[in-house]
Amino acid sequence: MNLHLKVWRQKDAKSAGKLADIEARNIPEDASFLEMLDIVNDDLTGKGEEPIAFDHDCREGICGTCSLSINGVPHGPSETTTCQLYMRKFKDGETIHVEPFRAKTFPVVRDLIVDRSAFDRIQQAGGFITARTGSAQDANCLPVPKVAADAAMEAAACIGCGACVAACPNASAMLFVGAKVSHLALLPQGQAERTSRALKMVRTMDEEGFGNCSNYLECEAVCPADIPASVIARLNREYTVAAVKDGVA
Amino acid sequence: MNPISSYLSSSIGRKWIVALTGLGLFGFVVGHMIGNLQVFIGPEPLNRYGHFLQGLGELLWVVRLGLLAMLVAHVVFTIKLRLENRAARGTPYAVTTRRAATLPARMMALSGLMVLCFIVFHLLHFTAQKIDPSFLALHDDKGRHDVYRMMILGFQSKAASGFYVVAVGLLAMHLNHGIGSLFQTLGLNSAKVRPLWEKGGVAFSWLIFLGYASIPVAVLTGVLK
Repeated sequence: MNLHLKVWRQKDAKSAGKLADIEARNIPEDASFLEMLDIVNDDLTGKGEEPIAFDHDCREGICGTCSLSINGVPHGPSETTTCQLYMRKFKDGETIHVEPFRAKTFPVVRDLIVDRSAFDRIQQAGGFITARTGSAQDANCLPVPKVAADAAMEAAACIGCGACVAACPNASAMLFVGAKVSHLALLPQGQAERTSRALKMVRTMDEEGFGNCSNYLECEAVCPADIPASVIARLNREYTVAAVKDGVA
Repeated sequence: MNPISSYLSSSIGRKWIVALTGLGLFGFVVGHMIGNLQVFIGPEPLNRYGHFLQGLGELLWVVRLGLLAMLVAHVVFTIKLRLENRAARGTPYAVTTRRAATLPARMMALSGLMVLCFIVFHLLHFTAQKIDPSFLALHDDKGRHDVYRMMILGFQSKAASGFYVVAVGLLAMHLNHGIGSLFQTLGLNSAKVRPLWEKGGVAFSWLIFLGYASIPVAVLTGVLK
């Protein structure tokens, strides 16, 4: 199949970018979206032009490295990661807009690559448990109710790709932070730092400059890991309880 | 920073203020509607109710100032949040495809501002009675302010009725997104109760619209006279 791409090209973080028209020719319909870009890049390199820079790593939908807003939807039309999106989802001769994930907090590094290290800084603020390493204790010492285990696992599925921020009209990171805070708040291992985690992660999220949640639920609609918006409700609850506990402690 | 100002400067803390003031104002909207619907029972209960409210004296001003404070906080905190949201978006997309955001959700600022304009007009119309000062002279046979007659005369104007219906439509639209949102923001949401808030919020907003709009419609069609 042949496609007309409108791809965001930007030399570096300081340069202005623009959408460039690029033709994608002889693309197998079973190629993934990233493989399509590989083919286009081979073609561009052969012609002595700069290949399109884009993020990718595992290409099996589990690492959260690939991004791209495809025809206005982060990760495109298939509700998976971009690497799991196949060209058979598109029509021959179609025009496809390919833009980087947009947010003030995700500055473009080059072409379609954005810097998502703001997420790392939020994680470093509290998205972990402090545990003694070494011999593990008997698993039966820490009973976890099935309901809590399931809800924690659902939240832990977040791969931190940033599609939630990219889709949100406010560029809010509440789904991401909600997933991280919910995951650990539901498990016994997360209890010791439950209060400080909620306070520190939200403070870092605010300081990084992410927007505020308006409950548009665009994040949930594009999340490739199916994180539900109820983690945002849990975050709202966790944070307020933490603020009260911290205030009167 | 002390814990309270720290909480109120956080994104979630400010959203809680918007949700709590929204809940308070929503309570007023429901109470005000129930009060107004007494017009369908007749002049006596409505005028008695109006007389009761006026008789509260200083306490009435406590309620009024409380409502005003909630309204101001609701608007001020929302403006602050929205300015941050706009700044956080950065470079716009060339193409955006929305998958979930409903029309009422996207119209929150517009519907809210329109309702605010309407509140000013509505207070001048029926509370201060500056639009038609002849309302001030309306008294029933017991010497009480004739709220019933004022409503009938007020809504006999097609322009005033039309504006009123549009405004309560926008208010209902605001609540359509607002009711579900406030439970989400206050953390009272989960997969289990979510359909209740979402469907209940929409149903309640329709109830508010139909309840309020029924009065001018009944006056214009001659059901109330």
